[in-house]
Amino acid sequence: MKSYLKFNFIALAISVFLISCSSNGNEKKLPYIGESTVNEKTVDGQTVTDTIPYAIPSFSFLNQDSVMITDKTFENKIFIANFFFTNCPSICPTMQRNLLQVYEKYKDDDRVAFLSHSIDFKYDSPAVLKSYAEKLGVTDDRWQFVMGSKKDIYGMADSYFVYTKEDETAPGGYDHQGYFMLIDKNKHIRGAYDGTLIDQIDLLLADMEVLLKEQ
Amino acid sequence: MKKHFLIISFSISMLLSILIVSCQPNVSIETAQYAVNGQKLYITHCQNCHGAKGEGLGTLYPPLTDSTYLRQNRHQLASIVKFGMQGAIEVAGKTFDNAMPGIKELSNIEIAYILTYVTTTFGKDTKTYTQEEVQESLKGHQ
Repeated sequence: MKSYLKFNFIALAISVFLISCSSNGNEKKLPYIGESTVNEKTVDGQTVTDTIPYAIPSFSFLNQDSVMITDKTFENKIFIANFFFTNCPSICPTMQRNLLQVYEKYKDDDRVAFLSHSIDFKYDSPAVLKSYAEKLGVTDDRWQFVMGSKKDIYGMADSYFVYTKEDETAPGGYDHQGYFMLIDKNKHIRGAYDGTLIDQIDLLLADMEVLLKEQ
Repeated sequence: MKKHFLIISFSISMLLSILIVSCQPNVSIETAQYAVNGQKLYITHCQNCHGAKGEGLGTLYPPLTDSTYLRQNRHQLASIVKFGMQGAIEVAGKTFDNAMPGIKELSNIEIAYILTYVTTTFGKDTKTYTQEEVQESLKGHQ
């Protein structure tokens, strides 16, 4: 019994050592967020399992230039998605101020894009979004501001795991979370950051560098 | 001899008073207290749009650092905070035309706190924005 305990202890010590080695030795890797699907295939009579991480579904929305953009627009790019509305009096100004910093840091870098979805499907037309983008200081199409039907936009928010709701009691009429979702080139979600907090922005910037180095 | 003594004591007291004054901060205790209270209210009600340093955001929300604007419109500031603002204004050389919502639930003393914070921290003023000034500013709306 005693030796059994001792053996267990040694095994524990070894695994702690291994874990601490792997997290210190290698470079930081970003997680895959969302439930992955496991496909079973039979190859040459053997069962092979294939794990595919969660990816956001394909989409098409009208942008601030009244151009229909789709998931193809973000091909070979990493991008940051969020949900906002132009008349939002609560968290949006802080969120967009912080995202603007990231946008300005990656000026002239075509590997990085930004996608802001408006949840005010009643008021935020492309013209309103265009004016908002210009006033914010967004001058090129690296940062897309999109609108769509309530069903499409709120459905998309669910796909990003961001809470959005039309709510008369909320300031401005809509309730939503201020997450920045970091999406990789294959549309997998690789990070979620509170867009209203400055230290979360530092974390996002660091993680973006990790993701840009990934193949 | 008496004259000499007078001159010496006069210059000593002058020196002393200069020393004392220069040790004091350049705002009164009351102004400093108003500004401290104002900062908390500013964070709750104003900072989202106007920023932690009053820097504003693009041409969406104007900065609160334009001392000239703050001085020229001092009598209107309380009314803008309480009842909001419509139409285009020029601040720090840029035009802003988004509507600002008012914060009707603020009391006069709270508005005085906020505006003392704004005008002495972001602007270059050293005086308290008094409750009397708030009352005067709100008159047109009541």
